[in-house]
Amino acid sequence: MTALLHVDNVSKRFYGFVALDDIDLEVQPGERLGLSGPNGSGKSTLVNCICGALQYESGSVHFDGHLIDGLAVHQRTQRGLARTFQLPRPFHSLTLADNLRIPLLYTVHARSGPMRSAGDLDSRCHDLLDMVGLADKAKRMPRDLTQVEMRKLELARAMAAEPKLLIADESMAGLSHSEVGDILALLVQLNERGITIILIEHIMSAVMSFSQRLAVLVSGKKVADGKPEDVVRDPEVVRAYLGE
Amino acid sequence: MNALKFSLIAIGVGLLVLAFAHWLKLDYFYFAGYTILQFIVLATAWNILGGYCGYVNFGSAAFFALGAYSAVFLHKLYPLPIPFLIVISAVVSGTVGFGMGYLTLRLRGAFFAIATLALSVVLQTLVVNWAYVGGSRGAYIIRPETIEFAGIQFNYIEYLFVLMLVLAVVALATTRTIERSQLGFGFATIRDDELAAEASGVPTLRLKLIATTLSGAFMGMAGAPFPYYISYLQPASAFGLEYTVNSIAMPMIGGTTSWVGPLLGAVLLGSLQQYATVTISSAVNLLIVGLMLVGFVILAPNGLVGLVQERLYRRRRP
Amino acid sequence: MDVSLDLLINAIAAGLLLGGFYAAVTVGVSISFGMLDIVNIAHPAFIVLGSYIAYFVSINFGVDPIVVSIVALPAFYALGAVVYQVYYAAFERRGQESLRGLAFFFGLLFVTEVSLILVFGVDYRYVNAAYIGPSIHIGLMDLPLRMLVPCLVALALFGALQLFVTRTFLGRAIMAVSQDQLALQLMAADPVRIKRIAFGISIATASIAGALLIVIQPVEPSVGREYIGRVFAICVLGGLGSMPGTLIAAMILGVVENLTSTFYGPSWAPAVAFGFLLLTLAFRPAGLLGR
Repeated sequence: MTALLHVDNVSKRFYGFVALDDIDLEVQPGERLGLSGPNGSGKSTLVNCICGALQYESGSVHFDGHLIDGLAVHQRTQRGLARTFQLPRPFHSLTLADNLRIPLLYTVHARSGPMRSAGDLDSRCHDLLDMVGLADKAKRMPRDLTQVEMRKLELARAMAAEPKLLIADESMAGLSHSEVGDILALLVQLNERGITIILIEHIMSAVMSFSQRLAVLVSGKKVADGKPEDVVRDPEVVRAYLGE
Repeated sequence: MNALKFSLIAIGVGLLVLAFAHWLKLDYFYFAGYTILQFIVLATAWNILGGYCGYVNFGSAAFFALGAYSAVFLHKLYPLPIPFLIVISAVVSGTVGFGMGYLTLRLRGAFFAIATLALSVVLQTLVVNWAYVGGSRGAYIIRPETIEFAGIQFNYIEYLFVLMLVLAVVALATTRTIERSQLGFGFATIRDDELAAEASGVPTLRLKLIATTLSGAFMGMAGAPFPYYISYLQPASAFGLEYTVNSIAMPMIGGTTSWVGPLLGAVLLGSLQQYATVTISSAVNLLIVGLMLVGFVILAPNGLVGLVQERLYRRRRP
Repeated sequence: MDVSLDLLINAIAAGLLLGGFYAAVTVGVSISFGMLDIVNIAHPAFIVLGSYIAYFVSINFGVDPIVVSIVALPAFYALGAVVYQVYYAAFERRGQESLRGLAFFFGLLFVTEVSLILVFGVDYRYVNAAYIGPSIHIGLMDLPLRMLVPCLVALALFGALQLFVTRTFLGRAIMAVSQDQLALQLMAADPVRIKRIAFGISIATASIAGALLIVIQPVEPSVGREYIGRVFAICVLGGLGSMPGTLIAAMILGVVENLTSTFYGPSWAPAVAFGFLLLTLAFRPAGLLGR
């Protein structure tokens, strides 16, 4: 089975600082991959490189069988690669419903032609908001939302793009135990519909319960990649988190 | 209400006002009215890139002057009726807008703004050194006294007024249509968060280029009749900073997120300036514009329309 | 075109002197834009304000204009601190710097210029000083003191600031705040206070630059506009945040501008700076020595 995403020897430097060192990573279609690592290990940098927000010095990224190196961010999204941001970045001058309308208009329509009438569009936005439990706030503005609601909006917006692969970048940071459960359930639901998911997270309980496979980055290098229960017992991983 | 209906109603209102002034023989009205309509076009044009997309443009005077000088150039070459000049100016300014956008839109917002200022000065220097259009000595265009339509003699200034009225309506109808369209939503996301917009599939560079081209084209159109209005065109007046500052201040005071904002700002600020120039002095009137700009930018960043929208939103929320 | 060696050498020499002066004009923006990321396009207007203050005191009380500007330093510093405080409270804290901040400074530029027109009128003003007039001769070169003295003062200003930024705690804190605010906070230094001090210094340099300007050329309220492009062109060409880069870029611009002016006519000079700027932005936005 060809991998949906293949990161091939990608390296990224910021002037003197090596953020990513020869990263090699594969994600199979339908998989639930966890990506973890201490702060500053390069997880977000890797996401930015995969999505096209950053350019990398060497290596290449293949998505869905195609090389995507030269493509702009919006082109990668249109091919089915979606992401959420660590700190939610909603469109603050648009209502929640309109926030979701954007990926529908610009990604789904661009991909398969405008099939939807205005009414269809509205109901699709409503369905998405309903899925994350924000349907009653459709006409509100993002500034009226709580932290967890903003993260749900982030996820809903990424889902609106009907991606093949969703990268959830620390969607659960700072949330309570039950809130983490909510988001996790949502991600599992998405995966069951066939969406491949990369979960980037610190909260080990979430990562462990969610991931079929776990990769760990430490100081820009991938130090582990395998079954979650094996990875957490890997001495190098333990050393990275707990010190010598 | 679709764009056509809106345009017809707006033109109807304008013509009614015109007929009223014609009947009262208020000549000053045409001059003041022309200026305000011109500012409506400039403010609306600026707002497409500055308000909707969030990319501040200091080059308004350059595009306006480009339109004016295109008209002068063509007038010397082969005099054409003004509507043709307007279209040609639109194409020239729009193309330059596209070119400028292509060179500078990849830059961060601040660099883009400075680049537009740089372009403005480069264009001015080129024009000052170009003898064919008069250079620094300026160019004279003889404005005819009257013009004939359907057998009736109209004052030429009334003709210019109507032309500018049509332009203003076209500009307003265009921005109103954009606002409600997919393009308008795309612009809003660029303003709000460009990276998130890209991640949602919005082709930001393409949209920004559309915005600069449209914005430049409308500004050029506003400039095309100017040489006829003023009869003597000089680089210093065509490239004057007051066009730049007004095209920024009017939308920011009126409101940058809606087509109503530039209209409101242009009418209010334009009228205020006409009054101040006549009663006090033109320098004081510019001071007022500057102070109002600073005040609004600090206190009411979304302008008057923004204040109203905010009030309505809060009242709707329980 | 008949290019005599004499003319060429003098054009280059004058260009270098001009470049030194441009460095003084730009150093304030080097701090505010290069280090603090604040697009203060009103800086040239503050310089012109400095010129008029130097003019007013010099003409009415007979004091040397450069001396006036040094005495006026605390006032300009205070002005800078106030402007920064407003900017911070209105924009930086709310995270809306780009559009609003630019419009704010543009408004300030405009208000300053028009106020000067209202107070002083649009006539050109100039000062008298012992060094305006005579020149010194070195070989083929003819160096007017009216350009040499400002250049030397500019270099002194530049040197003082460079020392300040690299050798004092406050100076290094300012460099630090441009690179990592959080780290600075963790070191128990208040970033807002540091930035306010830096911006105050930035505007204070405008006082001196203003005096130098009116020594070099007659001044009227709108001359600031020509300098907007020059200042940002130098900043960008030199690389944001690099003071040595700013000096080199200023010299280069001064020479190229003066050569253009001498051989092609002064009406082309404004286009040089802006042309440089556009080219740099299009092809090498990081500048010569940028970070």
